[in-house]
Amino acid sequence: MAPGDEAAERSAAIETIKSLVGNNKVMLFMKGSKLFPQCGFSNTAVSILRACDAEFETFDVLSDYLVREEIKNYSSWPTIPQCYVNGEFVGGSDILLEMFESGELEKTLAELKK
Amino acid sequence: MSNSATSAKRDHSAQLGGPIQSCIERKLQAALVPAHLQVINESHSHNVPKGSETHFKVVAVSSMFEGKALLARHRLVNGLLSEELEAGVHALSIVAKTASEWEKAEGVVPPSPACRGGSQK
Repeated sequence: MAPGDEAAERSAAIETIKSLVGNNKVMLFMKGSKLFPQCGFSNTAVSILRACDAEFETFDVLSDYLVREEIKNYSSWPTIPQCYVNGEFVGGSDILLEMFESGELEKTLAELKK
Repeated sequence: MSNSATSAKRDHSAQLGGPIQSCIERKLQAALVPAHLQVINESHSHNVPKGSETHFKVVAVSSMFEGKALLARHRLVNGLLSEELEAGVHALSIVAKTASEWEKAEGVVPPSPACRGGSQK
């Protein structure tokens, strides 16, 4: 791929990320899909959000290597899954799990419904 | 778990640990001065070649986490291991607790989830 093409594709990937984060109250960047997670940590994140009865969108980073790379820069976070709530980065599956266990996640998600 | 059993376990895993595991242990030991540290190579549970050092779990108990929210604690650990994360570690499970939180949790760490195939690259 010519350097100019790649730069344009990277910009497009970043715009995709911004759009997904901005348009969805709960956004999960994961490996696999909501129905078929392809990573144990991504599966954990989906299970937790389901357990909170959250409405959430997912993006399969395995389907787009540029989004997979750029989301790590966008969030300054090195691993997948990555969860955004109301446009703000919350964390990966470990953080979601701790927030779920403490009740903090449900409280945060309930605030979104107001 | 008694102190001697914990340190014996740590020595055992350090003896078997690869270069990346040893590096992670050294960096976290130096920066966090932890009361408790476990660095576990979980790569064998994932869809990667034998002997890989790609998936790690870090359990750290340190006063450096006092007053820091969860995200800040994880960012601190990620930052300390940024070289390893650039170089090939692509899963890092973190348990970051203060001494009082660790005591309350009675030293129980949730197990990591089973692999579901991954990217199979």
